[in-house]
Amino acid sequence: MKKSLKKVLSLGLVSVMTASLFAGCGKKDSGSDAFIIGGLGPLSGKAASYGVSVKQGANIAVEKINAEGGVKVGDKTIQLKLNFVDDEASPDVAVSAYNTVMDNGAQAILGAVTSDAHMAITDLTNDDGILTITPSASIAGATAYPNIFRLCFTDPVQGITMAKYAIETLGHKKIAVIYNNSDPYSTGVKDAFNAEVAKLGGEIVASEAFEKDAVDFSTQLTKIKGSGAEIIFVPTYYTEASYIATQAAELSVGLPFIGSDGWDGILAQVVDAKVLEGSVFLSPFVATDENPDVQSFVEAYQKEYKAVPDQFAADGYDVVYLIKAALEKAGTTDSKDLVAAMTQIKVDGLTGSVSFDEDGEPNKGAKFVKIENGKYVAITVE
Amino acid sequence: MGSILEQLINGLRSGSIYALIALGYTMVYGIAKMINFAHGDIIMVGAYALYVLVALLNVPAIAAVVLTIIICGVLGIVIEKVAYKPLRKAPALSVLITAIGMSFFLQSVALLIFKPNPIAFKSIINVNSVRIGGITISGISLVTFIITFICMIGLTYFINKTKTGSAMKALSEDKAAAELMGINVNRTISITFAIGSALAAVAGILFVCQYQSIQPTLGALPGIKAFVAAVLGGIGSIPGAMIGGLALGLIESISKAYISSQLSDAIVFGVLVVVLLVKPSGLLGKNRIEKV
Repeated sequence: MKKSLKKVLSLGLVSVMTASLFAGCGKKDSGSDAFIIGGLGPLSGKAASYGVSVKQGANIAVEKINAEGGVKVGDKTIQLKLNFVDDEASPDVAVSAYNTVMDNGAQAILGAVTSDAHMAITDLTNDDGILTITPSASIAGATAYPNIFRLCFTDPVQGITMAKYAIETLGHKKIAVIYNNSDPYSTGVKDAFNAEVAKLGGEIVASEAFEKDAVDFSTQLTKIKGSGAEIIFVPTYYTEASYIATQAAELSVGLPFIGSDGWDGILAQVVDAKVLEGSVFLSPFVATDENPDVQSFVEAYQKEYKAVPDQFAADGYDVVYLIKAALEKAGTTDSKDLVAAMTQIKVDGLTGSVSFDEDGEPNKGAKFVKIENGKYVAITVE
Repeated sequence: MGSILEQLINGLRSGSIYALIALGYTMVYGIAKMINFAHGDIIMVGAYALYVLVALLNVPAIAAVVLTIIICGVLGIVIEKVAYKPLRKAPALSVLITAIGMSFFLQSVALLIFKPNPIAFKSIINVNSVRIGGITISGISLVTFIITFICMIGLTYFINKTKTGSAMKALSEDKAAAELMGINVNRTISITFAIGSALAAVAGILFVCQYQSIQPTLGALPGIKAFVAAVLGGIGSIPGAMIGGLALGLIESISKAYISSQLSDAIVFGVLVVVLLVKPSGLLGKNRIEKV
């Protein structure tokens, strides 16, 4: 008798405790009038600089919008909230990071930052029908689903743009390429670049591959040195590009470099900025831009994070403003209406004026950055 | 022509680093009959130790190098005492798994302390490039060659001319007999681990001065390559590790330069397969019948 009483008592206790646990869960998000943006990007690992920048840029935008009173959605004014989770730029981690932000009540996704990680979550975002805007996943196919949009150029567009720059603007004919053959971003840019160079009458005199985690590029560089190339195109992330530029200087290769948008942040990775002098890469944003919006962003960013924002920070900032514009246009926070509103908005962002087509691709112009005296400088190209 | 010579120099430079690491694998195998998979991570520890000493504590370069080598040597001894010694009578597989575990442990500790982001590190070796004819040899390459050469000569002398070296040779020939002859097995094994780890520290120092960037996984790839080099040269053989390392670096560089940069790893491992098919004990390995 006593025993069973104990059992009933403990069962009762357990159920009360469990219930209170769930009650706590449910209360967490309801009640507040915040629209939650789930952010996904690498905050650690090799590509950490991208994710950290996107997160910080987005934070500046969220704080600014909230300070100005929030977003007017229909007849309500709501605040924005950013919930940013580390995906380590890894496809596996991205999936669990996506689930985490969804569990935290995300109503739109800012991400993922890198192509590989982004491709891992596209299916899931489509199943959930949630508005997803990637600031920087440039791989072809990143916007295959109707709910996904991107702010940056595609890999092929980057390759074509840089090929035109090398041949038509700089007047080079013989071009060498070093690319990462285990990375879809790198090979995607390279393929389009090589095809466009051939179309424009140029010649790829060396197309050298390396693999993930490679740190030694001296063999490839020595080969390029003897190939008669006039310029080297390096469509990789900044880590590898910094090794390549440093080793090229050691081997006295003496050729100029051009790169893709993965180069952004490279100056922090090299010991001696001289090895990068004169390099040009694609970047939609330069902190030294005279545009007043850019300057006020740079000022706020420096005050908050004691660092100069890069293009990823600007991308993160712009994506938050895109979500704001979509919310205002749609007049609801419903995912389906937000997705529909995306093709009707036009936003003058830090990375240029942008609108979207049905495929989720951006309509905007290319911007180039040159490294001069150890600093990023925006250049205009006809 | 100049380009071929430059490619050979590139190959010799990475080969030198492989050889330094491979020596550690081969010495430990010769004496303890185990593959120390944590060996590659000693390089990483060496790299971080140098970084902490030079960049954070402002220790003068020479003293930092000496301290780094001592730290790694001591770490080698500690790893052996803590992780491998208790398993000396255990099946080979247990020791192998412990070694892999030790490798993950070292990487994780580095991750915890230094975070995963690569750290830019300014080389402490400031030697100007040398131009001979049309060929440029970078200063770090020259230093790498010289240091590797000194290490190899020193090690060969140590093994062949000193009492401890003879003890090592005796131990690798026949452990039981060596023990009966009064050789202190524990002490000899400790010294082997210390020397192997010290060589890995030297490789780590050369590695960071070459690539000027440090991250917790930097030892993994050279570690695996050096293991291949040790097998190629004949594991257990010290001249074999030297030749295997240099050969691996050269094959890698030449195949990248003249066959295909995309297939270079496939070619390197293809050569390994062919060598092992023709001579299963490696280039300089002894064909010994295992006693049961």
